[in-house]
Amino acid sequence: MSNEVVRDVIVHDMCLRDGMHAKKEQISTEQMRTVAAALDKAGVPIIQVSHGAGLGGNSLQHGFAPHANEEYWDAVAPVLTRAKMSVLLIPGLGTMNELRSAYEHGVRAVHVATHCTEADTSPQHIACARELGMDTAGFLMMAHLNTTAGLVEEAKKMESYGAQTVYITDSAGYMIPENVVEIITALRNELKPETEIGFHGHNNLGMGTANSIEAVRAGATRIDASVAGLGAGAGNTPLEGFVAVCERVGIRTGCDLFALMDMAEDIVFPMMDHIVRVDRSSLTLGFAGVYSTFLLHANRLGEKYGLAPRDILMELGRKKMIGGQEDMIEDTALTMLKERQATSAGV
Amino acid sequence: MANKVKCALIGSGNIGTDLIYKIQRSEFLEPVWMVGIDPESEGLARARDMGLKTTAEGVDGLLPHVKADGIQIAFDATSAYVHAENSRKLNELGVFMVDLTPAAIGPLCVPPVNLNELENTMNVNMISCAGQATIPIVHGVSRVQSVEYAEIIASLASKSIGPGTRANLDEFTYTTSNAVCKVGGARRGKALCIINPADPPMIMRNTIYCLTDDEPDQEAITKSLMDMIEQVQRYVPGYKLVNGPVFEGNKVGVFMEVAGLGDYLPTYAGNLDIMTAAACRTAEMYAEKILKGEFVLEGAA
Repeated sequence: MSNEVVRDVIVHDMCLRDGMHAKKEQISTEQMRTVAAALDKAGVPIIQVSHGAGLGGNSLQHGFAPHANEEYWDAVAPVLTRAKMSVLLIPGLGTMNELRSAYEHGVRAVHVATHCTEADTSPQHIACARELGMDTAGFLMMAHLNTTAGLVEEAKKMESYGAQTVYITDSAGYMIPENVVEIITALRNELKPETEIGFHGHNNLGMGTANSIEAVRAGATRIDASVAGLGAGAGNTPLEGFVAVCERVGIRTGCDLFALMDMAEDIVFPMMDHIVRVDRSSLTLGFAGVYSTFLLHANRLGEKYGLAPRDILMELGRKKMIGGQEDMIEDTALTMLKERQATSAGV
Repeated sequence: MANKVKCALIGSGNIGTDLIYKIQRSEFLEPVWMVGIDPESEGLARARDMGLKTTAEGVDGLLPHVKADGIQIAFDATSAYVHAENSRKLNELGVFMVDLTPAAIGPLCVPPVNLNELENTMNVNMISCAGQATIPIVHGVSRVQSVEYAEIIASLASKSIGPGTRANLDEFTYTTSNAVCKVGGARRGKALCIINPADPPMIMRNTIYCLTDDEPDQEAITKSLMDMIEQVQRYVPGYKLVNGPVFEGNKVGVFMEVAGLGDYLPTYAGNLDIMTAAACRTAEMYAEKILKGEFVLEGAA
């Protein structure tokens, strides 16, 4: 093989974590192995593997996967020749004991995620990840719900706890390129030069690739994406599309574009239960600023209670519900139903 | 009643401050000392304004005054990391400890579920705000029929969560999950916690899911839950069923809201009230026994 790969940006694949949401957490270990091997072969350097909600995710709230995270890691680790595995840890859901277990099963990188205003729930977990020697990122979710100055403040907290990378996470796919440029530029100016900046996009407004490219141009060196966009809502930034644009504009990713295109077509699209795309409900997520994972819950509960998913999602946006509050989708639907029944009864 | 049991509050944050209000209204308890660690802290200044003696020297600053001031009950609202040491020092002097941290070294208590079954011990643990808000519901189901798994989700307003809770999220998760089983009666349990910064702040919300072994008896479970909610409302009037119970297969879903009394923090911080009100009710039960001579506190000395 040739020399060391030169990269301007580290692309981090989300198919086997965020993609779990798009599959209602039902991805088999065999599918995981197939996808991971193809990503490894195509030169994707980091692959996130776990339940969609990360460590501790198996629950009635977030759905039960057919396997424990440990079984997924044990299935994927042997097929990787150069890529490393990462995991998501949301304090309040996942714990440090689970992170230690992840390390024992070969996971070497972690996104420690908090809501974009609550970085101070992460110091224990970030410190624990660093002690384990993991590639440690702080991950500020639903970033559109904070100001640029507020995000800088939260990012600095994560940096001070030991995060080597701080991510701006557009969980609702609400941002447009000018938002991304403003935020990433501010972070690049304020964080230490050795702290990397990442961007995690969702494609609900069709902006995933454009936002990610602008993030790199403004100083981000880590981009989360998933092949064929397999992820919550209208999906993550489609990885192969992002790599193609990078090639056009001269950003080096170290990935094999055609291999990624082939795996999107031959492996990931055929896995989908529904085509992950911008449609009425997922566009509503981006428009109303709602957590992308709420999509399938709103569709299901809309059907159960005879409500339009768009109405439920708009109401959740108005109430400023955030990631992890999936229980409030059914609660909101039930309250809407009561209100409608009261209105139609002429009260 | 002329006689009240004298109390010390350890930790001058949100919980400790709210406790002053609750204890001042009590028939059986009287707040005397507030213990902090920062002489400049607002909490200590507020406690002084409310007529309490204060020390910024931690528990060690309180110890010399325990006998002279007749302190018999202490409430610890610091953190899981320091609780064991605080408890040891005060128990030695014969002070009964009510633990509001997730340390959980003493028996776990949720008043409407097991207050009357607690034995005479020197330390009792209040689990967590989420535990106080959800375990009555889990028990409300499990006393009707067996619960294989219970899961609780607590959504809390960011403004109601102090630095102690933020630095103890793992402990919060373990202690609450464990109590969902031990006190709630589920065979397996899980606790999730979400901190929401919406402005205006959202009222504390709790969702409880139970998976029953057999098909749920909807009528009996609904009746049991309504009785239980009424029990909790006696000490937390803002404890309210918003939606449910929703039955789906063997899953029972209950959607609760907890509004506080607005003593220290505004009413959205129901998490504060349900914890302090439960602690206060628990302490009152022991105080009554102490006053009647049914429970004799013994120090190591």
